[in-house]
Amino acid sequence: MAQSKKKTILALTGAVLLTSALTACGSNNNNGNAANANANKSPDAATESPAATSDASSERYEKPVTLKLMIDNQTSTEGIKAVADEIEKRYNIKTEFDLRPGGDEGDNLVKTRLATGEMDDLSFYNSGSLFKALQPEKYFLDLTSEPFMQNVVDSFLPTVSVDGKTYAAPSGASQAGAWLYNKKVYAELGLSVPKTWDELKANNEKIKAAGKTAVIGSYKDSWTSQLIVLADYANVTADAPTFADDFTNNKAKFADTPAALRSFQKLAEMKDYMNKDYLATTYDQALKMLVDGTGVQYPMLTFALSNIFATYPDKIDDIGVFAQPADSADKTALTVWMPAGIAIYKDGKNVEAAKKWINFFASPEGMALLATKAKPEGPYVIKGATLPNDAYAGVKEMMPYFDNGNNAPALEFLSPLKGPSLPQLTVEVGAGMKSPEDNAKAYDKDVEKQAKQLGIAGW
Amino acid sequence: MQKASLTKASKRFYTYKFLLPAGIIYFVLFLLPTIMSFFFSMTRWDLVDWDFIGLDNYKTFFSESSLNIGFRNTLIYAVVTCGLKVVFGLLLGVALTSGLRIKGYLRSVVFFPTLLSTIAVGIAFSSMMHPTQGLINKSLALAGIVGPDWLGDTSIALLSVAFVDVWKGVGMATVIFIAGIMSIPEEYYEALQIDGGNAWDRFKHITNPLVAPAMNSVIILAFIGGLRSFDLVWAMTKGGPGFSTDLIASIIYKQYQGGFYGLSTAGNVILFIGVSLLAFPLLKLLSKREVDL
Repeated sequence: MAQSKKKTILALTGAVLLTSALTACGSNNNNGNAANANANKSPDAATESPAATSDASSERYEKPVTLKLMIDNQTSTEGIKAVADEIEKRYNIKTEFDLRPGGDEGDNLVKTRLATGEMDDLSFYNSGSLFKALQPEKYFLDLTSEPFMQNVVDSFLPTVSVDGKTYAAPSGASQAGAWLYNKKVYAELGLSVPKTWDELKANNEKIKAAGKTAVIGSYKDSWTSQLIVLADYANVTADAPTFADDFTNNKAKFADTPAALRSFQKLAEMKDYMNKDYLATTYDQALKMLVDGTGVQYPMLTFALSNIFATYPDKIDDIGVFAQPADSADKTALTVWMPAGIAIYKDGKNVEAAKKWINFFASPEGMALLATKAKPEGPYVIKGATLPNDAYAGVKEMMPYFDNGNNAPALEFLSPLKGPSLPQLTVEVGAGMKSPEDNAKAYDKDVEKQAKQLGIAGW
Repeated sequence: MQKASLTKASKRFYTYKFLLPAGIIYFVLFLLPTIMSFFFSMTRWDLVDWDFIGLDNYKTFFSESSLNIGFRNTLIYAVVTCGLKVVFGLLLGVALTSGLRIKGYLRSVVFFPTLLSTIAVGIAFSSMMHPTQGLINKSLALAGIVGPDWLGDTSIALLSVAFVDVWKGVGMATVIFIAGIMSIPEEYYEALQIDGGNAWDRFKHITNPLVAPAMNSVIILAFIGGLRSFDLVWAMTKGGPGFSTDLIASIIYKQYQGGFYGLSTAGNVILFIGVSLLAFPLLKLLSKREVDL
């Protein structure tokens, strides 16, 4: 019954497109089997490139195969292009970039393309809650037993897995949600990196007294207002280690878990230290303030380092990174954002070529090529891939948190739930329109709405 | 004869055959989606599968404060934009049908904003309304006035957006008024002149009552447009700060972005019913006034 309902709807929305995609499936099977045998080779073989070229003739496709990669237009594709060029040289697999909008509009496009059966062979998409909301088990190839997944660092796997099966490989380096700060101004004012929340506030007072903006707010781009809440998660887990699971299973709420509520309170405490026009300031303007030193600290994701590098390359080494401090120094930890995943569309025409593509991409060699064009914003999640020597100073400053294990993934990588109204709610708290307690409650309601709409068990 | 060979029955259906192509297109593209949306608004829907959940989506829409704040905002927005467009449109219409020498030029100036892309207008105004670096507050500062944060202050943000909507939409209202005023026969004005009426009498006794049909069109168009408004708010504030400038249409869009397709469809049904409930009685009321003339 449900099946026939589903069919009727599909027929109405995109029957013609769907059938054309399905019939196209059969065409490349012979090629595919040959590629499969090669894909089973040990991933290490790919790293010794001179030796590998001897048997490259068997790995190479006779006729060029073209894969389409759907990627959002906000991500820099330079690095991926460098890897794709090498893949073309080596395997005769061309990569066609299919650009889509980023953010929520991109989500809609991807969901619609999946529902109508028009997805590209490879798709680049956020890992974590957003990826799980796509229902990857329905649309993407199960990569759990692929040899190249052995290369992937364990902490990445849960963010792209559903029911123990993995559906995507990492697309690059991880990043952190942390505080970017202007090291020059810090040195001028004789400040040191704060280890506790009180030390941060003491620094803020000194910066404010020096006539500069202590905390840059850029609420015109409302997503940036979430950072203090989101980047606090590594500190939350220190106090409430089971929060992510309990939150997903409707057993813990932000409003009645003191450690989690604290994230909202921390946001509210920063209001007095922000620039006066924080409601009209955009992300780009905030970066400019940080670089020229009129603003000194900016809670942000470390991908901002790449934006700074692109616009102000000579100032990049002035920018440092520290983890959002917890109330006590021993609990301060860095909150990590996992890289986006690259998944293979199950019903694509060139599944085997796509596996080959990822096999090369998600290797230390692939990552090294990526680093030639796109500097990492955090450590790689491929085993054996190291930071290049010319990595950003801010990223190098993050490494102790990784070497000491002082980090945890952000909540959105541990739970499929992330309420869509969080940016508006954090604007209200950050601007003092609502109390942190009220909006923690409002956020719990927003999450409840999402869980019900997505039909998650236990809600 | 050929004509006689048509039977009564085929004669009856003969005309309908011509309606069929247009009828099918109208049914598939307009009626069917409308009917389907009533159904999907009562489901939890991910574009492929759906579960029937009755009226839960409607309950959610009316009970959640981040959703129902839109009802109040939308009504304020529609009334303010509609009222100002009528007032300014009428004043400009009267001025631009008078004996002004450069009225041809002024007419195009007034109409020009209507031709611009709403998104471009929104982006331009939101940068002009920047509290410290914006053109508006910098100009005010020259006169020694400290301008407010037009889009950041939650108590005036909605009105700031409404003002831009009026700036952009008043040209259309003016054109409709000009057409209405021009269709008033010259004899009435001549008769008034003979009776010794002044400019105010001209407006009060002739222009204003006889322009009623044009005014009704403006009111209905502006009011429905205000209720359904989305693009300008989205370009200027995205409903923020917080939820303070969220209109029903922007809330619906955000639910759609969240992947809550059933919930956003329910919002659309509510908007459809709301617009109908307000617009039809308004139309009736206004046309009554027209007949009574």
